[in-house]
Amino acid sequence: MAGLPDHLLRRSAEARAKAEGRDVEEILAEMKGEAPPAKAEAAPAAEPAPAPPAESTPPPVAPPASGNGARNLEAESADTGVPVPLLQRAMEARAKKEGRELVTAGAPAAAAPATAEAPASAAPAAAPAAPPAIPEGVTTQRLLTVVKAGAIQQVKTSPTDKVSVWPHLLAIEFVALMAVTAFLIIFSVFVDAPLLEFANFNEQPNPSKAPWYFLGLQELLSYFDPQVAGVLIPTLGAVGLAIIPYVDKNPAVKPADRKLAIMIFSFFLFASAILTIYGSFFRGPGFNFSFPWVDGIFFDF
Amino acid sequence: MANGNGKVGLKERLSQAGDHIRTSQVWTSIFRPGSPFRHGYTDSPRNRSYVIMNNVLYHLHPVKVKRHAVRLSYTLCLGGLSFFLFILLTITGIFLMFYYRPTSPQAYLDIQALSTDVAFGQLVRNMHRWGAHLMVLTVFLHMARVFYHGAYKPPREFNWVVGIVLLLLTLLLSFTGYLLPWDQLALWAVTVGSNMGAYAPVIGDQVSFALIGGVQITPDTLLRWYVLHVLFLPFIIVVFMAVHFWRVRKDGGISGPL
Ligand code: HEM
Repeated sequence: MAGLPDHLLRRSAEARAKAEGRDVEEILAEMKGEAPPAKAEAAPAAEPAPAPPAESTPPPVAPPASGNGARNLEAESADTGVPVPLLQRAMEARAKKEGRELVTAGAPAAAAPATAEAPASAAPAAAPAAPPAIPEGVTTQRLLTVVKAGAIQQVKTSPTDKVSVWPHLLAIEFVALMAVTAFLIIFSVFVDAPLLEFANFNEQPNPSKAPWYFLGLQELLSYFDPQVAGVLIPTLGAVGLAIIPYVDKNPAVKPADRKLAIMIFSFFLFASAILTIYGSFFRGPGFNFSFPWVDGIFFDF
Repeated sequence: MANGNGKVGLKERLSQAGDHIRTSQVWTSIFRPGSPFRHGYTDSPRNRSYVIMNNVLYHLHPVKVKRHAVRLSYTLCLGGLSFFLFILLTITGIFLMFYYRPTSPQAYLDIQALSTDVAFGQLVRNMHRWGAHLMVLTVFLHMARVFYHGAYKPPREFNWVVGIVLLLLTLLLSFTGYLLPWDQLALWAVTVGSNMGAYAPVIGDQVSFALIGGVQITPDTLLRWYVLHVLFLPFIIVVFMAVHFWRVRKDGGISGPL
């Protein structure tokens, strides 16, 4: 188990000990590849103590010295919990990037002044910094790559002024929900939905009107051929609305920079509003023109 | 790209046409980066996780939103209100379903009974009806607000199209519900409304036949529209709403500020 920080090893040993009902130290020793101490003593006759593994712990890597001086990787590893091989690799990468020479601790004195901490056990080999040999039968661990979100999401690179959804947005939404519910209940207490006589196929009311949102179209029916007013115009209307984003190529959002688009849309908006109001309130018997204040309102919700 | 006899094969032509479509603005606006339908998608472990991460179910609200997005004056809460109204309509609608049978004359009698025999029956019916009209209005105004903010511009083009579908579905929901009381108002308003569709060239008769189940409205129409109103259309609109909300988030949250 090269380079796993001790505390991690211990944690997993504890877990395994709990699961298998064995002693923590024993498992820990096993994991490190050391001779299980208790076992060897308790049952020496039964089985010969396993031969001491070639390397009980990975030999301290010759700590390379960067230009700033040699670092004690062992100590750093113990401090930070970052495995020694990773520290080593990072140092090598840095040295390569900065074009500096990687000096091993074997020849520290000349290159780097601050080597007081260099462990005495440091291999004196002056070999060039090869990556640390990985003991046989050991799996190395790698960090996962951090994937930037920019590739798939519309992430603004410049920081924007943001607020938390909770509580700011949710509070507003809650109040809005309460308000519309209250409004609807109060309105419904005072105004009843219409219910006329039982449906009678032989007696068409005069005038007969479509639901209000179709009254603009019904109004058009009195000017145009049914194929135009009932089919062509609504179809063009729906398709026309749907393709707005693909027709309007102007990227501006400021009203001042998109006057034409606003004019056209407003024209249709007002036209349909006027036609709807006209069809709702100014059409009486026979769908003929009538003033609501003279002939009454012929309109049901 | 010769295939031996110097001609461009059908296969190449098809793949060229496919490439053309898949690099078009319409296509790229529909399928987000990371989608397997996008041009240049390759099968890799990373892309596979993108497909899931870009899934519809990736939550309704983000952790944070732009500060201006919570200002009431920006959205006027219109999209949100449309959604709230839809929920209120679902709740009141379920209540009504307990007392309503879509047959003639029972439908009419059941509606009558709501106002006389059922506790809160009249109130809930009123709420359902006024809520429905209000929802048509808020959806329409929501569309107008989105237009005046230019909020349909890239990358939000497709969400606008989804919105149009929602508008049409809202109208259809309201229209199918209109018939259910089975009174004079319902019968003739729906007659007038669906007669308009019957004028469609070529398919007009078929359309009206499929919709009202005959050449004119009959009690069969009632059952048909009832099923559309309480099951089919709500189901479809919920699917489109899910896509709509999800796209709002994926397109970078609410647009603006202006
Ligand atoms: C059932 C109907 C609908 C519901 C429930 C709904 C809901 C919402 C909600 C909650 C938002 C968030 C922002 C806001 O509240 O304004 C939104 C945004 C949006 N909606 Fe809708 N909507 C509906 C119909 C429509 C229609 C008819 C359109 C346009 C044709 C549309 C286009 C858009 C667009 C483009 C956005 C993004 C706006 C932005 O980023 O500022 N929606 N919708």
